[in-house]
Amino acid sequence: MQLNELRVIEFIEMVHKKKISVEQVINDIYLRIDKIDQKLKAYLSTNKEVALHEARRIDQMIKKGEKLPPLAGVPVAVKDIICTKGIETTCSSRILQGFIPPYDATVIKKIKDAGAIIIGKTNMDEFGMGSSNENSAYQTTLNPWDINRVPGGSSGGSAVAVAADEALVALGTDTGGSVRLPASFCGVVGMKPTYGRVSRYGVIAYASSLDQVGILTKSVKDAALMMNIICGYDEKDSTSAKTSVPDFLTDCREDISDLKFGIPREFFKQGINTEVKENVLKAIEKIAELGGEVEEISLPNIEYALPAYYLIGMAEASSNLAKFDGIQYGLRIDENNDLEDMYKKTRTAGFGPEVIRRIMLGTYALSSGYYDAYYLKAQKVRTLIKKDFDEVFKKCDLILCPTSPVPAFKIGEKIDDPLTMYLTDAYTMPVNLAGLPGLSINCGFTKDDNLPIGLQIIGRAFEEEKILRTAYNFETHLNSSGYKKPKI
Amino acid sequence: MTEKMITEKDVEYVAKLAKIELNEEQKKMFLKQLNDILLYFDKLNELNTENVEPTSHVLHLNNSFHEDVPEPSLSPKTVMSLTRHNKSGYFRVPKIL
Repeated sequence: MQLNELRVIEFIEMVHKKKISVEQVINDIYLRIDKIDQKLKAYLSTNKEVALHEARRIDQMIKKGEKLPPLAGVPVAVKDIICTKGIETTCSSRILQGFIPPYDATVIKKIKDAGAIIIGKTNMDEFGMGSSNENSAYQTTLNPWDINRVPGGSSGGSAVAVAADEALVALGTDTGGSVRLPASFCGVVGMKPTYGRVSRYGVIAYASSLDQVGILTKSVKDAALMMNIICGYDEKDSTSAKTSVPDFLTDCREDISDLKFGIPREFFKQGINTEVKENVLKAIEKIAELGGEVEEISLPNIEYALPAYYLIGMAEASSNLAKFDGIQYGLRIDENNDLEDMYKKTRTAGFGPEVIRRIMLGTYALSSGYYDAYYLKAQKVRTLIKKDFDEVFKKCDLILCPTSPVPAFKIGEKIDDPLTMYLTDAYTMPVNLAGLPGLSINCGFTKDDNLPIGLQIIGRAFEEEKILRTAYNFETHLNSSGYKKPKI
Repeated sequence: MTEKMITEKDVEYVAKLAKIELNEEQKKMFLKQLNDILLYFDKLNELNTENVEPTSHVLHLNNSFHEDVPEPSLSPKTVMSLTRHNKSGYFRVPKIL
């Protein structure tokens, strides 16, 4: 076993027992990246020199017998939407090419303070807008299970870095499924915490009422440990929640006999791939065998969630992305010496087609005369979606359903038809509309193509503990084949 | 709703508001795509939302304040290092008037 294949918890144990040095592991990670990333294209940039320096510093601490922080030496991949001091942060957009943040996002400060080492920045759909990673201005990341297929998006680079052992864990962000969808397509664990759980200070905004930082890991325990580190109130983020953070790693090991699960019938109707349906239903059976009480439920307004989600997301995006004007940082095109012209030329050259599409639609939905018909209407429908979830959570603790109606699709299959691409998020984005936590865990593979299938577990706001507990029990007691790796 | 909801003129107007320049080919593409997507968004009108309050935010947060304690911020030197258009500590921009 190569050291880059370790899970976070295993790594920490071996480092503490002095069986391995941090430097060895970091070296193995970069060897792996050198070997396969030209093909998979998960990383936009790497941070080898600083990472090795950090590794040696931590190895010295170990040698001297000093007390180690909880993530000492853990190699982390970071989605390129999260600001990292001194490391270029582009959001996979031309408009931020060359932008080197002068500060760390709070979530980066937290993992660094805990001893983690940043391996590099991962590819994504530009500004988080996409479900396939094909909307990156720089490269398309490939799915390690089948390189003709997309890894899912928008945190596709982060999911691939973890699935292909190019990092032990990765940070992503999830606005409508951007952590859970690529986790499902790449066969890893993807956790999107409750809205407000993790600080977004220093995370470049796409849709501020929906965005949340998440994690991609090789095991549920790793996800629980990372949650312990990244969650918590931050006064620098005015939407940060003052809710206390439990010890997820300890709590996830309890059994699930006290939990009630709802299965939303709307998620198993038309449009769902047969093999996805079969595998998810099998996973639900297993969870019932473990003691969970299972009942069918309904989310009657769920078919209206997608248009509401896209309207809200696009409106907020058009507002958030208005700040990219070419003046203070990033790209600037000002050859014609006129301010208005500079704005237009910079933005037109700097944004890719999907970003322009969403800015245009968002601008239209917010413009005079259309605000009530589109934006306000979407916000009212959002209330109905949230009420649907509130009703279900009166009788159930958790919801079980597929993460995506289909497994990973082929590169190029949906890119020319934006509306078809949008439908990929059908099962994940209602969770963001309602601000709830959700997790995707592998629950099987398609027979012919051997593509991973994801089970989604959705919980009440701030009840990530129950989600992680269910996922942990599913992973340890039932999924006896364990974590499978792609052969790449 | 009519089949075609927005015209090329609307596309041009929205692009102007968003400060985006579109060439003729892009205008045609966006005209079709935006109409398709808006037509799909029309699905929302199937729902009666007359007595429903809008949700702008799920957390029901009130104003978020913290203690007014001065802290060091980024130095002008650091901020100006982000641009190639630094003129004596100011951002140089093209002519405005």
